[in-house]
Parts: sequence; C-alpha cells; structure tokens
Amino acid sequence: MHELSIAESVVSIASRQADGRRVTKVSMKVGHLRQVVPSALAFGFELVAEGTPVEGAELEMEEVPATGICRECGVESRLDGFPLQCRACGGLDLQIIAGEELLVEFLELEEA
Amino acid sequence: MHKAAVKQVVMEGVLDANDALAQANRERFDDAGNYVINMMSSPGAGKTALLEHTLERMRGKLRLGVLEGDVRTTLDADRLARFHVPLVQVNTDPGFGGECHLDANMVRSGLPELPLSDIDLLIIENVGNLVCPAEFRVGEDARVMVYSVTEGEEKPLKYPLMFRSADLVLVNKIDLLEHLDFDLETFLGNLDAVNPGVERILTSARTGQGVDEWCSWLQRRRAA
Repeated sequence: MHELSIAESVVSIASRQADGRRVTKVSMKVGHLRQVVPSALAFGFELVAEGTPVEGAELEMEEVPATGICRECGVESRLDGFPLQCRACGGLDLQIIAGEELLVEFLELEEA
Repeated sequence: MHKAAVKQVVMEGVLDANDALAQANRERFDDAGNYVINMMSSPGAGKTALLEHTLERMRGKLRLGVLEGDVRTTLDADRLARFHVPLVQVNTDPGFGGECHLDANMVRSGLPELPLSDIDLLIIENVGNLVCPAEFRVGEDARVMVYSVTEGEEKPLKYPLMFRSADLVLVNKIDLLEHLDFDLETFLGNLDAVNPGVERILTSARTGQGVDEWCSWLQRRRAA
C-alpha cells in the first residue's frame, strides 16, 4: 500500500503550490509501467488531504500507456503488455518514452 | 459567493522529493567509499538467511555493514548480530501508515548509527514486499532481488516493476525444486520477458548452493 506514501507526496506538492489557496482539483499523470492502483491512490488521497488546503479536492488521474522506440530499427511501438517488444522487428531493446510518469500535472485553485 | 477557479500548471514528479534525498544518500555513500546494495523480495523469500551466508563468507574479504528495514521487531537484526558487523535496524512502523517499504528518508535516518567510513559494502535489507519497495530509490548502486521458487513462475508478469528494476535476481530455495511443481524454465522465460537477460544466480540458503557465486558477484561489483 505504497499509494499512501504517494498520496502524501501528492498532497504535499499541491499544498505547497497552492500557497494558501484552496485546491479544488489535482490532476495527475500515471504511467502504465508504474505499479500504482488508482483506487488505492484515490482512497489514500482523500485520507491524507483531510485538514489541508487540498481537503475535498477532486483527484483526476490520466493513465498513460507505455510507448517505446526500438533501438534496433527505430520504430515506435505502443506497449500493452510484457514482454516490452518492438512491433516491427520484435526487438527487446527499447527506449521507453512514455508510461513511467508519476506526476502532478496541474491544479485547480480557488481565487483568493 | 462563487469563487472563480484558476488552473496552475505544476508538472512535478511525485517521487522527486524522495529521489533528491536518495541522491544525497548516494553522495554520502560515494564520499565514504561504500558500495550499496538494495536487497528486495517478498516476505519469507530468504533475504536474511542469504545475508547470514554472505556475512559468513565475506568475513575478512570486505568490510560489510547492514541496514535492516522491517515494519516491526528487531528479529532479523538479532539474527545477524552474531556476525559483529555494523548493523542498524530501521523500523518503518512509526512512519505514516506503517510503511511497507524503505524510502530514502528512512535510510538516511539510520545512517548516523553506521560507521560509513569503515564499510566497503553496505547491504540494505528492504521490507519484505514485492510491490512497494520498487518505487523508492534509497541511494543504492545496485538492486538485488531474492525470489524463491515457492512463489510460483508467474510473479514477474504480475509484479513487473521490481523484476524490471533488478540488476541481479537470486533464485532462492533451489534445493526445494524437486518437491515442487515449479518449472524453472517457465519462470526464467517470464523473468526475461520483463527484464531481458538480467543476471541471475540459483541459490539455496539451506545448502549454500550459489552463495560463492553471489559473493563473487558482490566483490566484482564492488571492485568495478
């Protein structure tokens, strides 16, 4: 249940960025290659936000599919499961360009 | 009165704060000349038992230190105390939610108890858990995963993050193979599916199989 630690970090980032204003929405990007369970994160978020400027804020999670560029043939593939494999040549040596995100993208704040 | 909402772009990584602390730990380790292993596994895969062998074999070859992470108790630290190596226990229980992993800050909190300048190789035994520890860097040079053959062949596919992030996989309890339905080739195929070609050593903390090879791996890495 490391989602609780992650939620703690999300709330701390949002509180700092809000700088005294009330947060109404937190929007995140969560890559498919992360092992984050959205429902567990949402639950932790609600719990941790209590008593902070983030309390009651909506948590929006945009899931990002994994994508890689093959180092053999240069083709870009969407990666829906393991093995992470180039769709064109079957190569396994890929540069992952999406799917490892775990970030707070933007906030919605109430005007002071 | 209705207040207008404003959008504020943040683009901040959720683990950035942890990663910055991990980097600070790493610099401290580098300054002290420590090679640092983050050892991870499910509960009961045999990390502590393998560590006992490791401390025994490495005596007089490398100066070892151990940082033990556990949710509760000092049972593992007590088992290792007889080797008289510098050892610190970090209990994650006081952390928010009784943490299921070590993070960079918890590791940092244990460092004042260790004489870092007298240690060549520091082994961090993470909390037994196949999911959470993989997300948190602690300042390690290498990640070693202990996986026991009693856990089934399919786990690399179910818990890819930890298997993907491992530099070495110790396939432990290999002495039990004849009593199990576990198919080693299937497991290694699944392992290669998530982490192609990752180094692996077959070990048994009971018979000592593979322990020499594992200790040589540590010495090679330390020397590199």
